[in-house]
Amino acid sequence: MQTSILDSKPMRDLRRDTHITRLLIILGALLLLFAVVKTEGFLNLRTWQSMAIQFPEFGLMALGVMLTMITGGIDLSVVGIANMTSIGAAVVMLSLAPKGADTGTVTIAIAVAMVTALVAGTAAGALNGFLVAKIKIPPILVTLGSFELFTGIAILITGGKPKSGLPPQYGATFAGKLFGVIPVQVVVFAVAAVLIGILMSRTTFGTKIYMLGTNAKAAQFSGLNTTSLLVRTYMVSGLYASLAGLVMLANYNSAKADYGSTYTLLTVLIVVLGGVNPNGGTGRLFGVVLAIAILQILSSGLNMFPAISNFYRPLIWGGVLLAVITANHLSGKRSHHRISKRKGQPQ
Amino acid sequence: MDHYIQKLTRSNELYVFGVIVALSILIQVRSGQFFTANNLVDLANAMVVPGLFGVGAYMVIVSGGIDVSFPALASLAVYATTRYLVDTGYTGSVVLPFAMVMVLGGVLGAFNGLFTSRLTVPTLIITLGTANVFSGVMQGALGSVQIPNIPESMASFGSATLFVAKNPTTGLTSSMPVSFVILVAVVAIVFFVMRFTMFGRGIYAVGGDESAAARAGFKVRWIKFWLYVIVGVIASLAGLVRTTMMGQMHPTNLLGMEMMVIAAVVLGGTAITGGTGSLTGVMLGTLLIVTVENSMILVGIPTFWQQFSLGLLIIVGTGISAHQVARSGNGLRAVLG
Repeated sequence: MQTSILDSKPMRDLRRDTHITRLLIILGALLLLFAVVKTEGFLNLRTWQSMAIQFPEFGLMALGVMLTMITGGIDLSVVGIANMTSIGAAVVMLSLAPKGADTGTVTIAIAVAMVTALVAGTAAGALNGFLVAKIKIPPILVTLGSFELFTGIAILITGGKPKSGLPPQYGATFAGKLFGVIPVQVVVFAVAAVLIGILMSRTTFGTKIYMLGTNAKAAQFSGLNTTSLLVRTYMVSGLYASLAGLVMLANYNSAKADYGSTYTLLTVLIVVLGGVNPNGGTGRLFGVVLAIAILQILSSGLNMFPAISNFYRPLIWGGVLLAVITANHLSGKRSHHRISKRKGQPQ
Repeated sequence: MDHYIQKLTRSNELYVFGVIVALSILIQVRSGQFFTANNLVDLANAMVVPGLFGVGAYMVIVSGGIDVSFPALASLAVYATTRYLVDTGYTGSVVLPFAMVMVLGGVLGAFNGLFTSRLTVPTLIITLGTANVFSGVMQGALGSVQIPNIPESMASFGSATLFVAKNPTTGLTSSMPVSFVILVAVVAIVFFVMRFTMFGRGIYAVGGDESAAARAGFKVRWIKFWLYVIVGVIASLAGLVRTTMMGQMHPTNLLGMEMMVIAAVVLGGTAITGGTGSLTGVMLGTLLIVTVENSMILVGIPTFWQQFSLGLLIIVGTGISAHQVARSGNGLRAVLG
């Protein structure tokens, strides 16, 4: 019997997921509002291109935070890792390819710098994971502390000043456009998201982190090596944060210890809005990607109203976060109610 | 007697105290400036605001939560009060500003409490949200700017001193602010509440095991709600003290302080998982962090190292206490299994 993609199991699951449906409705409503109120901007390709340049920065960080939150933890150090590694990359690039270096040297310098940044990001994540899994410090404290640590290292390297004057080839490649239309940043994000999707749904690692997040004790007693699992989760988060750092380096053409300071809240907001349970165990990549899209469109939409000061943004982010967790709580209560009713138990 | 000695040597406070003593001797040897009257008064002075915040953070952490919104809460309460008083040309005593700030802080704390007492979401995420709402209201809706001329009574309260300490060799003077009395009073009141009232014991019980506390008859929601109201009042008090001491209202001055305060509380032995902790520990932890921050200049370490050393202090400090908890947990498991 032939079944269409729409009837395949993952799609059926998605349709049954009320949270995803809710997110799709919000996204649709936002797009409609945007199209009606600012038709000109909506039809302009450049609006979409500028969005596609911006969201990979915090989107990549959010993907890492998502994994840690599924295990029942959190990673608040991603912005620190991103800044530290992008500064590291800038330093390597500048020292290997000073002004006037030939193309070959510059290419090698860029490659070495990127590898350095990604390795450093993974190592930073491994440190977080080690402290969480082995020393058993609560993830909140580990990553709040390591955020200070990584930002501190970034300040020590730069003296608090921005690092700029990168070889133009770097920006030309990573802030360029594929076929003259698609920004490279969004391609990086898409590849990274697909990879994490495969990791979550097609590997035992993915299954295990859900088990760990649902019930850490049961996971341990059923023979999972929770230490190695947690260390690897935080390593992926660190790797993605450093990738975000490389995107930021390309977007701003410089690196500084305090770039992206609002992203910490934004990543947590995205992951919670995307339907990941802050206590671990549940959450979907698709929901998180939808949440990223919603927040980017909301943010770009706000930009089109100059009357609304930028300072309102934290108010809106915070308000959305509180609204989402309250709504989740209420709907969770309702479904709980339904289940206990079906079982014939008194409330 | 043996019992007390055993209790003392097992306590976290003793180790923190030991670290402070070792550190101060080190700084004294390196700079010769630590054990001078004016430096000690400076330290006490620098402890007032983080100490007050620390008392609030300690109460929340003992209840098993974590609050990162108190600097934003304090900034909003103090900014709104100062703005209103300056705009109406207030010239009266310092009592009204204090009363207004505390009421406003309590209301904002109730906003926190509304969510934390009803949702099962980690309080970190809730307060991350409310912190942004608070700073968004202050910077967006109120359009906050620096207020250079605060009411006369506030400024004079901030510069009022209990006594002045003079360093005989360098001739530098430091004054002990009157607001130090506020810190002492708040610590005394909170100590009493936490130890001798049903409410205080309830906070410990909720932090130890929420469902056990509920079964023992504690009104968990009620406790959580009023806890955040009280913490809001204490935080706004700290904010007002900072503003009066600076002699001007700088809206974003306090933001970002939450980490240093939480670090101080946790270093002092308050378990981040809730249920245990002491005010002695909080004060020692605060003293340790203030000493490190203030003494870097004395020893000649560039201030660039400040954030790095704070991060290291948090990780090492929390790591040691987490390791102790894990070890005692293992011991228990060995006995049971």
